[in-house]
Amino acid sequence: MKRRALLAGLGAMFVGACSKVANSTAGSSLLSAAEDWHRKAHRALSNRTALVREYAKSAISPDFRGNGSLSVDTDAYRRHVVEGFKNWRLEVGGLVANPLSLSLEDLRALPQRTQITRHDCVEGWSAIGEWTGPQLSAVLEAAGISEDANFIVFRCADTLGGHKYYESVDMVDAMHPQTIIAHLLNGESLPIKNGAPLRMRIERQLGYKHPKYLTAIEAVASLDEIGLGQGGYWEDHHGYQWYAGI
Amino acid sequence: MKRHFLSTRLWHWLNLVCLIVLFMSGLNISNAHRYLYWGDWGFSPEQAWLAVPRFPGWATIPDYYSLAAARDWHILMAWPFAFGLLFMWAAMLVNRHFWRDLRTSPREWRPQSIRSDIARHLKLDFRHGPGKYNFLQKAAYGVVYAVLLPGMIFSGLAISPGFESAAPWLVDAFGGRQSARSVHFILAWAIFAFLVVHIALVLLSDPVRQIRDMITGGKA
Repeated sequence: MKRRALLAGLGAMFVGACSKVANSTAGSSLLSAAEDWHRKAHRALSNRTALVREYAKSAISPDFRGNGSLSVDTDAYRRHVVEGFKNWRLEVGGLVANPLSLSLEDLRALPQRTQITRHDCVEGWSAIGEWTGPQLSAVLEAAGISEDANFIVFRCADTLGGHKYYESVDMVDAMHPQTIIAHLLNGESLPIKNGAPLRMRIERQLGYKHPKYLTAIEAVASLDEIGLGQGGYWEDHHGYQWYAGI
Repeated sequence: MKRHFLSTRLWHWLNLVCLIVLFMSGLNISNAHRYLYWGDWGFSPEQAWLAVPRFPGWATIPDYYSLAAARDWHILMAWPFAFGLLFMWAAMLVNRHFWRDLRTSPREWRPQSIRSDIARHLKLDFRHGPGKYNFLQKAAYGVVYAVLLPGMIFSGLAISPGFESAAPWLVDAFGGRQSARSVHFILAWAIFAFLVVHIALVLLSDPVRQIRDMITGGKA
């Protein structure tokens, strides 16, 4: 019994030490440096336009699980649902020459990309679905994206844990060929639980980087002034990694 | 001549710290979604081949449920774990630890010599014949060095969506991302099982000397 108590005590000390390290300035900067090394290693090992696997139709999972926000609890959103989202607008602004305000009709008129990809949640599960929509790069080019833009911020209609959902990616992922503004899932308008009417697909990162209920796209030079400055809802409020490719 | 090379000793203790942090933070990550699947996808209990129990706080890092903090630790310690193993493989190929101590000879694979090795182990007779390790030790260390530890690194990389575009074949080699995740989990427990047996055998065979020698090097 004594030995077990000793082991439990040593274990508790070790775990306690981990918390101390994680909460110290040096410790937390070490942890975010490690995240950054992974991002740099991923970028060094693969081409910036290297594609993730696209599957055959037969691989599509029978359902596409909804997670996080499963709807938007506002009268405005309920009205959009009733109207079939015909008055939904996607604003494109920030560091662009010509800010845009796009309807779903406008987005459907752009060249479309359809891809059957796997969605990996940070929790560990995966689902496969077929997504269709214009490439984000085409929209950004149409808006005249500035050279000074380093990040693209995605604004959403939904609120999670009392905060507005938002996300951001760097220009490598923004301009990636598989980064699309999806309006179809498996050939049909997006279900509400999956982000109707618009959801981003950032295929080389985990699910929380694919914001749903998309209302605006904003090109920025820095994330410091956005939200709490960590680059997204989960990053700001729950300490998640900004680079979610790991 | 020391009993253990300096490179072996350094790696042994570094790797122990890595394994503890990776395993305990991994249990915290497991709590985020306690179902394992085969193939490319899986997201609900009826698709799972295994429902994993929830691991209690005393077994996890941090000692409360935090997927974000657990991933921070996992992502950090993956680096010394992977490069440590690479270093150890390079060192043991160069300093001949691998060729001299770990490589088995065809003679050792004969059923009768394996049987006698097992019989002696069961009698807790740990005296060695010529050569540093007996067959069971070589087999155990061989599996750990060549299968379990590298398997953790490769299955871990295969789970990472950002790494996938660099090496899609790796995900295929495991039979899909959810299979890679299942393999990652199974190998983690295989390493844990090795650790339990390893510690038990150290405790049964002059533990003070064993631990001291793994620090100071000891005498051959």
